[in-house]
Amino acid sequence: MELQILGIGILTWLVFIPILGMAAVLLIPGKNENAIRWTAAIATGIQLVLAIVIFSVFDRTKIGINEAETFQFVEHFSWITVDSVPWVGRIEITYFLGLDGLSAIMVILTSLIGLIGVISSWNIEKMVKGYFALYLLLVTGMMGVFVALDFFLFFIFWEVMLLPMYFLIGLWGGPRREYAAIKFFLYTFVGGILMLLAMLALYFSVAYTDPATGQTVHTFNMLHMMNPENYIEGGLLTGVDTTWRYVAWMALFINFAIKIPLFPFHTWLPDAHVEAPTPISVILAGILLKLGTYGLLRVNFPIFPDATQYFVTFMAILGMISIIYGALCAMAQDDFKKLIAYSSISHMGIVVLGIAALNTQGMVGGVLQMFNHGIITAVLFLSVGVLYDRTHKRGLYDFGGIANQMPKYTGVAMIGMFAGLGLPGLNGFVSELFSFLGAFEAYKWITMISVTGIIFTAGYILWTVQRVYLGERPDKLKDLKDLTPREILAFTPLIILIVFLGIYPAPAIELMNTSLSFLVEFVTN
Amino acid sequence: MIEQALHSISQFYPEIVIILTLCVIIVADLITKSDKPVTGWIMLGGLVISGITILFQAGQNGSFFYNMVVVDPFAVFFKLLLVLAGIFVVLFSLQSKELDSYYTRKGEYYMLLSGMMLGMMLMVSSTNLLMIYIAFEVTSISSYVLVGFTKKETDSAEASTKYIIYGAVSSGIMLYGISILIGFTGATDLGAINEALQNRADIPMILNISILMILVGMGFKIAVVPFHFWAPDVYEGAPITITAILAVASKTAALGLLIRFFSVSFIDSNGLMATGIWQTIEGIHWTTLLGGMAALAMIVGNLTALRQDNIKRMLAYSSIAHAGYLLMGVVILAQEGLASIMLYLFIYLFMNLGAFYVAMLFSNSIQTESIEKYKGLGFRAPLESIAMTIFLVSLTGIPPTGGFVAKLYIFSAAISGGWIWLVTIAGITTVISLFYYIRVVKNMFFYKPESNEGVIQFDLPSKTILLILLVPILLFGIYFSPILEFAKNSVQIFGM
Repeated sequence: MELQILGIGILTWLVFIPILGMAAVLLIPGKNENAIRWTAAIATGIQLVLAIVIFSVFDRTKIGINEAETFQFVEHFSWITVDSVPWVGRIEITYFLGLDGLSAIMVILTSLIGLIGVISSWNIEKMVKGYFALYLLLVTGMMGVFVALDFFLFFIFWEVMLLPMYFLIGLWGGPRREYAAIKFFLYTFVGGILMLLAMLALYFSVAYTDPATGQTVHTFNMLHMMNPENYIEGGLLTGVDTTWRYVAWMALFINFAIKIPLFPFHTWLPDAHVEAPTPISVILAGILLKLGTYGLLRVNFPIFPDATQYFVTFMAILGMISIIYGALCAMAQDDFKKLIAYSSISHMGIVVLGIAALNTQGMVGGVLQMFNHGIITAVLFLSVGVLYDRTHKRGLYDFGGIANQMPKYTGVAMIGMFAGLGLPGLNGFVSELFSFLGAFEAYKWITMISVTGIIFTAGYILWTVQRVYLGERPDKLKDLKDLTPREILAFTPLIILIVFLGIYPAPAIELMNTSLSFLVEFVTN
Repeated sequence: MIEQALHSISQFYPEIVIILTLCVIIVADLITKSDKPVTGWIMLGGLVISGITILFQAGQNGSFFYNMVVVDPFAVFFKLLLVLAGIFVVLFSLQSKELDSYYTRKGEYYMLLSGMMLGMMLMVSSTNLLMIYIAFEVTSISSYVLVGFTKKETDSAEASTKYIIYGAVSSGIMLYGISILIGFTGATDLGAINEALQNRADIPMILNISILMILVGMGFKIAVVPFHFWAPDVYEGAPITITAILAVASKTAALGLLIRFFSVSFIDSNGLMATGIWQTIEGIHWTTLLGGMAALAMIVGNLTALRQDNIKRMLAYSSIAHAGYLLMGVVILAQEGLASIMLYLFIYLFMNLGAFYVAMLFSNSIQTESIEKYKGLGFRAPLESIAMTIFLVSLTGIPPTGGFVAKLYIFSAAISGGWIWLVTIAGITTVISLFYYIRVVKNMFFYKPESNEGVIQFDLPSKTILLILLVPILLFGIYFSPILEFAKNSVQIFGM
């Protein structure tokens, strides 16, 4: 499937529209703040339109994963080729973009949350120009990771996200922003270095013979890395179940686990969330965390099926710990944002448990949970943002009786809360159910323990609802205004998706089913 | 004989141009008013002409002056780098306020700088031990004086004294090593030494020790651990322009010399030359030794840099760390490693000079070199601060900057050579380096300026120079085939 606009592929547009937006933002004089906001909104808006186009023409029967032919909207160009150096063969880095069921759903999530982030950034008053320039750069980085099929490109996009995020937290964040920003930066950078080393080791172990010239070509092409035939004799990562393959798997896993964030690599997340401004929290929880699980599925699983099978129980156990530990920690918080941060850790644990099941049910559940959690957590962070904008407080005990004061807002927030809890009829239920069902087939005990996490989740969510929304309204809150049209605009698409996918999840599942079933088959055989 | 000499001279134009520049500067200094920067412009012109003549040497591979000096792609690459660094440093010097208070001695400054350039250019192209030593000393002696150029500042005088003492000792040791090597092999030419070494049935320990002693001299110039103790004080005390040339050009030249010396004189040519991987002569386990030095330099440099507040001192330690990364390329003893070193040096030149330049601009306008005092500069001098951020990010090695590509190639060379432990250390220390580089960025951007601190204006030339330094870093971060090809094609060393 090919789709081009002005002779340039749709995925390139999708990735680089925000960069164009950034250039425009930088050219607009800093005083003209509304023009800057609108530019950002238009850039991300076009992205969303493109994503919808992709969704509507996407061929749901094609597999992708490791077959270049069945990827869709492929763009494959030579980027850096250093020809026939006698002692290393040809070096090749390609500009290789493509979509399959796994990435398509993430692309839709990214463009949606990207636009909603801009809408909720509307009331940022401090250094508007810098803010939106960095924001758009961040969106490009995230989108790029989801569509890149060349490891080098993947890595570049991955690292491009670092600096904008650092500045967005560090400049526009709360009181302890410096600490939170550097902590985020360091954790991710450690992961990045690990990924770099693993990537280089892969690069030197993988080579294919160019059919045209007969040259041996070392390549960063991920699809070539998935083919065992391409591993050269004597390469560091050649073979099956070797120690070095386990080491490389672990290096990549730690990198992705930091992003997810999986226990015990999670400690940066609560700090980052608490200090980040609302829209950045939305981006962070809504998209950035998904990069971790996406990376596991895109890189670890198909490139190292042997090591994946070896470590899969270990992954499931870490997922289980994250679910329980995250939920327990969430229960102990009295800061609203921290509570949601820990609930994110808990919910991402479900994703990890689901994909670690290595069966179609668990995998579909896990990836759907990635999407659903992105939507739900966006609603939750926006809800906190609404309260914080009005009162500049986030403590759970600072509120009470909001339901009467702000009925529309309470309705919206409740839907988010209950979706997070996994109430049937809302989207969280479907994906959690699938994840646990899949996991139960693979690991009975681990899953049974994990499911108790749901009880704690119900605990902290109901308790939060009670503390914040129900009960007596303190006098100091009597002037709170209900949602503004802009806020309603940000909430609406998310709420619609929560309800719709809760009742009828088929569109999302159909999108990824073919690819994920194949991935399961590929890894287990 | 005359013919040979004449022929040789025709291959010596770049150096001759520098020598002429030096002479013209002396004369111009005598006849012009000293408050005009004439001598600086003369040197700039001389360097540009010299650079053009070097371009004409591209692709040649031959030996001249009775095997004293060679012109090969390797030397041409390094000479181009040196001249480029020289041009930038002269441009910086023309703007430096620090040097302005010594304007009566401007001529002397540029004269010494020309001498240093000449020495460094000879360092990377000599193939005879005597010539090597002379080139080494020409560079050193010029730089001793330059470090103490702002002699009324006590720390500049102290730095110069320190530099002389360390330099004299290490070059003495080097000379001793050279004399032993000559005594045992009966040759001064690197190729002849190699032949003599290969023909011996056994290599006595003393020969290994002599090579070790020579390594001390070179290690001193590269500022690699454990020969780095002079660097922080000297870098801090010297005028910032001289710090920049020491950190970039002097290091580049010494590394070029080290590579040439290592690869020509004591590589076993019966080894696997065709595959681009070499073997050293027997004796000490050289690769482990160099690998250890590289690891130490990365660890010590990066850890010590964490605690520095003076930007020059911080960059000094960071340059020690970079020396470690660079040595990784030597350790694997393969063509690929050399190519990655050359790529690294090329990008290092821009990013490090850039960082020094912004530090100089800040020091010109707010008279401070303290990182703590950089607070709020991001709002007072936004463009310069953003440029500094890019330079520092590039020094850390984060994409999409040139510094990342440089690190990528050094790392990949080491991985393909199987030096996993060394790369792991390099990876860990890279993370550590993030701390001190990003601290500068943090101070610039995360604090509001005081109300009495207004916007700082910089003139157009300084912005232009910044842009010239920035473009390669950003460009080669995204598209680096040309420079990679260039480096790969330049790994041709005469006599190998």
